[in-house]
Amino acid sequence: MKFKKIYLNPIMKILSSSLIKLPSPKNISLFWNFGSILGICLMTQILSGLFLAMHYVPNTEMAFQSVVHICRDVNMGWFMRIIHANGASFFFISMFIHIGRGIYYESFYLIQTWNLGVMIFLLTMASAFLGYVLPWGQMSFWGATVITNLLSAIPYLGTTLVYWIWGGFSVDNATLNRFFVFHFICPFIVLALVILHLFFLHLKGSSNPLGISSKSFKIPFTPYFLIKDIMGFMFFFCALFFITMFFPYYLGDPDNFSIANPMVTPLHIKPEWYFLFAYAILRSIPNKLGGVIALLMSILILFFLPLLKKNKIKQGSQFNLIKQNLFWMLISIFFLLTWIGAEPVEDPFIITGQILTILYFSVMIKFPSQ
Amino acid sequence: MAACMRRICGAGLLKSNHGIVLQQANKYSSSSTWTKSQKALCTSAGVLAGGVAALWYTLDRSVQAKDLILHPPEQDWPHKGLLGSFDHASLRRGYEVYKQVCAACHSMQYVRYRELIGVTHTEEEVKAEAAEIMVEDGPDDTGAMFKRPGKPADRFPSPYPNENAARAANNGAYPPDLSLIAAARHGGEDYLFSLLTGYCEAPAGVVLQEGQHFNPYFMGGAIGMAQAIYSESAEFGDGTPASASQIAKDVSAFLRWCSEPEHDQRKKTGLKALLMLAAFTAISIYWKRHSWSSLKSTKILYVPRKKL
Repeated sequence: MKFKKIYLNPIMKILSSSLIKLPSPKNISLFWNFGSILGICLMTQILSGLFLAMHYVPNTEMAFQSVVHICRDVNMGWFMRIIHANGASFFFISMFIHIGRGIYYESFYLIQTWNLGVMIFLLTMASAFLGYVLPWGQMSFWGATVITNLLSAIPYLGTTLVYWIWGGFSVDNATLNRFFVFHFICPFIVLALVILHLFFLHLKGSSNPLGISSKSFKIPFTPYFLIKDIMGFMFFFCALFFITMFFPYYLGDPDNFSIANPMVTPLHIKPEWYFLFAYAILRSIPNKLGGVIALLMSILILFFLPLLKKNKIKQGSQFNLIKQNLFWMLISIFFLLTWIGAEPVEDPFIITGQILTILYFSVMIKFPSQ
Repeated sequence: MAACMRRICGAGLLKSNHGIVLQQANKYSSSSTWTKSQKALCTSAGVLAGGVAALWYTLDRSVQAKDLILHPPEQDWPHKGLLGSFDHASLRRGYEVYKQVCAACHSMQYVRYRELIGVTHTEEEVKAEAAEIMVEDGPDDTGAMFKRPGKPADRFPSPYPNENAARAANNGAYPPDLSLIAAARHGGEDYLFSLLTGYCEAPAGVVLQEGQHFNPYFMGGAIGMAQAIYSESAEFGDGTPASASQIAKDVSAFLRWCSEPEHDQRKKTGLKALLMLAAFTAISIYWKRHSWSSLKSTKILYVPRKKL
């Protein structure tokens, strides 16, 4: 009787229809686990971030010292710090696989869900960039300087816009303060978008590896996919803990262990590994504005994938060898661009980056129309 | 490569004996019309592309000499590897080297004496070590600053009051703070060891300014710090012979510990966490397979209506 009353509660009804009774295609593979893994990534980041924010000081005189204080003096502070830093990397690994699965199986037919996903991706990138500035190391400072300066490429408004974002005439205390505020708020906006993403996903139902309607054979989310997701979480945490506890600084840059110094420019300024593909595209265009547009388009092109489709047949790459070739070519290009982004700006890396940039956009445009 | 991937991962999906739906779906495959030679060609192209990429990467790694800097060779540190932990006797000797040699010019502003307790020294020893320094404290009841002996909560003392004084005393060069130096340099303790033991005569053509020294491991080769590590340039309390390489090794290990004092605890906690997670993962795999077994073994039989 009591249970029935709880079940009649409108919130419980929503929860029940999205997490318990939700009809899900029976045949979705492990690649569909990355959606829920991204959810757990977001929660890990929010929770570890909250604990870090309790001790972090967003002031140029104290930011670096406060991070050192967190790692050395706060109880298990080092753990929160490395979980948060490596959690960002795992967030992006999961996100890249999630997007890759969406492209391979052409899940971008679910247009609202796809577009919201791309917005979440953009906002996550922004959040990661803002977060990277906070430790106020050398790479934080110079990364912030380079990336915010990109806006100066905008005709007429560029310089004014850059000063407005900096809150002064250089990356300084005001910049760090506002970056901290935005970094704090961004994940909650991402969370709201994730709820919308799920709402639209559940409205039409998940895609599946066959690319055909799965209405004929659906199963309830609980217990089947709940258990499958828990299994995915376990694998995810195994990987996260392995990297975090044994190689915590492997994905970072040693330059960020030196306090920001506006008078000393690092030899190679480069962003975190997950931005390197876009950074390589930015550097490939000799013109500043052109580079910024190419950088933006490398992500925004995802919005156009559903529009580039020529035929109306719902079919992914699984039965199309040409598409499979294009897809794996895209993956190879992505890895190569990531490698190029980490290399210095000199030959042969410049020309290689330019060729790969052309290939990236060509494959992206060609893929849906095959 | 794509074709290979398809064969490895998706061949089962494309087989026509998986049911009638897949048979129909197979007809949509663009590869169904391809001849064997076309598929072979495609596979070869994929393998070739993968090979070229691998070769490219290998070549890139092998020509790092372009950096105009000598890359430090990797040393066999006891704390390297998944389960490696610090050699605490070495850390204690490293602290002695820091105190006797490095502290003359370098600060270590983020390290406190109390961090040595249970790592290199006992609590009593740390109290005695800290008491050797005088720390400015205050104000007292009269509003005046005063000097007192150091306590375990105090930071290691800095040799200079500020950066300008440090530069003035070192021919314009600023001796960096050593608290995070092993983490802040590419190569970490390997770099530090190579730098400390790598001083040599400048090769022909390299012009050094006054007060500069040549070290091939330092970016640009010209370094403001003179060679500080020689045999017997420090004394070890435990009687270990103080050869130059022993001194360099111990102080490099100590500096790595200063950068990551949580190192041993982190690995220990990581091992415990991974063992627990591995057990939970195994249980979750079994749980998933068990709950899905009825669905996975379901057989769908299509019976045409007319035969009923």
